[in-house]
Amino acid sequence: MADLRVNIAGLELVNPVLTASGTFGYGIEYQDFIDLSQLGGIIVKGTTLQPREGNPYPRMAETAQGMLNCVGLQNKGVDYFCKQIYPQIKDIKTNMIVNVSGNSPEDYAECAARINELDCIPAIELNISCPNVKHGGMAFGTTTEGASSVVKAVREAYGKTLIVKLSPNVTSVTDIALAVQDAGADAVSLINTLMGMAIDIEKRKRVLSIGTGGLSGPCIKPVALRMVYQVAHAVRVPVIGLGGISNAKDAIEFLLAGASAIEIGTANFLDPTVSVKVAKGIDEYLEKHGFKSVNEIVGLCE
Amino acid sequence: MRKYVLDLQVTSVEQPGERYLLLDATNPAGPLPEMNPGQFAQLRIDDNKDTFLRRPISLHHVDYEKNEVSFLVQKVGKGTASLWQKRPGSTLNAILPLGRGFTMPTSAEQKFLLVGGGVGIAPLLFMGEAMLKMGVRPTFLLGARSKSDLIRLDAYRALGEVYVTTEDGSEGEKGFVTQHSVLQREKFDNISVCGPKPMMMAMACYAKQVGTKCEVSLENMMACGLGACLCCVEDTKDGNVCVCKEGPVFDVEKLKW
Ligand SMILES: Cc1cc2nc3c(=O)[nH]c(=O)nc-3n(C[C@H](O)[C@H](O)[C@H](O)COP(=O)(O)OP(=O)(O)OC[C@H]3O[C@@H](n4cnc5c(N)ncnc54)[C@H](O)[C@@H]3O)c2cc1C
Ligand SMILES: Cc1cc2nc3c(=O)[nH]c(=O)nc-3n(C[C@H](O)[C@H](O)[C@H](O)COP(=O)(O)O)c2cc1C
Ligand code: FES
Repeated sequence: MADLRVNIAGLELVNPVLTASGTFGYGIEYQDFIDLSQLGGIIVKGTTLQPREGNPYPRMAETAQGMLNCVGLQNKGVDYFCKQIYPQIKDIKTNMIVNVSGNSPEDYAECAARINELDCIPAIELNISCPNVKHGGMAFGTTTEGASSVVKAVREAYGKTLIVKLSPNVTSVTDIALAVQDAGADAVSLINTLMGMAIDIEKRKRVLSIGTGGLSGPCIKPVALRMVYQVAHAVRVPVIGLGGISNAKDAIEFLLAGASAIEIGTANFLDPTVSVKVAKGIDEYLEKHGFKSVNEIVGLCE
Repeated sequence: MRKYVLDLQVTSVEQPGERYLLLDATNPAGPLPEMNPGQFAQLRIDDNKDTFLRRPISLHHVDYEKNEVSFLVQKVGKGTASLWQKRPGSTLNAILPLGRGFTMPTSAEQKFLLVGGGVGIAPLLFMGEAMLKMGVRPTFLLGARSKSDLIRLDAYRALGEVYVTTEDGSEGEKGFVTQHSVLQREKFDNISVCGPKPMMMAMACYAKQVGTKCEVSLENMMACGLGACLCCVEDTKDGNVCVCKEGPVFDVEKLKW
């Protein structure tokens, strides 16, 4: 067995496989299918300072090799998370990372500060890239100033590992990546979903309740891979790659492109056990090609 | 209840009606897990480039001794049509059992009416079987557009009393299930409904009028089926809740209907 351990800005992972926010619940939902301690980490549902009802139904549309969603950050707020959910997940033996969203830099910072107090949450992933809420979310992630203002505010309030999740819905993802690095991010993850749309030709209406949604799944992989490659070549901080990963081969492509770790999202819906299979597949690849550690292949592709 | 991803093996494929498919499957890996009526499975659709996600399908019949679980599927689109390619011996990958099923009787004296419309009759067979095991005879009220959409009646008749309506009057009483005379004649302690939304709403309305507890099974579009993605929500009196986890069966009192 090869050495699968990776270190993301001080965060020790048993392997480079994490699960993506919004696709893996709080981890508990998948406990029947896999041993969660075999994952590098779990990034739980998007959490905001105040409770949010999210967008109306319908929130989902199937597409060719993917899906659109406009869930809109439905969650019961950070207080509920700390009081009700944290006790249920704190003993899960992997890195439990909270995905944080907000309406303003102050919102983000306060939410992060609350989570900073939870001993068993070693990192947060700042979502400055949600395409499905009117205020905040992606608005911050699409300009260097917006991104930098949120990350600076959170950096002051949050002492542990700070991962910033980037939006692909921008002209230059590397500019944003550099801006959040300068503002104090310990790592970046990308990509969030791509803005998309579906139309029901019989009803002659847009399918999703708010008209647009975020595209995820295998169909976005080439775009994600290109962006991860570009960002990894531009920043000093570690990069976590995601977007359409459904098997070990996909994951290895991201590692070769320069990602130190990867996240699996939509693929969990098709096969709830896919994440551990990917970790195993990475190990087999390393063994087969004589690599001793997964770190040897990170960014190996010119 | 513990959930499993199983590679079931199809044992029999029948077409009980023009647009309907009855798939029997077995679990070659071991005994079937415990399942409740009203719960469902997320079936993987194989060999279809136009579908991506799994499809939620109710548990239609479960026989633990024979290691057999069945699904009754109506052909509506590309995913359900793909299931027509299954043959005895085919693999049917299923995540099950999912969701919260129907409330079951707590004593043999309770009268339960099971109301189904179209392919919504599917979960009611399993429910009837489970009731009979508890010594409670179920009463079914099944509705369809016309005679050719009334499928597997014999299987229901083997469990209890079956009343039928068709919209064109080709079998049973003419009209909708809510107009059937049995509702005037008899009083029930509980009504369990699965079918098209307008039918479920009409039954819910009737139940309210006569003061009977009523549960309905919703069919919101699903992605994960596990309560992890929040795509399948229904706007209830408690806010947006996941149909795949808190449901698919809901007490109508919880809904904003
Ligand atoms: C909990 C649950 C249990 C179900 N049990 C059964 C069952 O036992 N037997 C059965 O035949 N069907 C059942 N359904 C409905 C079944 O899931 C859909 O008919 C199926 O997903 C349609 O897939 P498709 O690819 O064939 O259709 P698509 O090509 O995806 O769509 C074709 C048409 O069907 C409609 N449709 C798609 N998905 C759904 C849905 N989930 N509900 C209602 N309409 C839909 C679409 O609006 C579209 O117009 C159940 C649904 C749920 C949520
Ligand atoms: C249903 C759904 C909900 C999501 N919710 C969130 C969220 O709350 N926060 C977030 O940062 N990303 C969210 N995402 C985006 C994913 O984490 C991921 O970035 C994206 O789906 C691309 O990866 P994938 O193709 O592997 O799914 C969501 C995605 C889906 C499909
Ligand atoms: S389908 Fe994912 S939460 Fe219900």
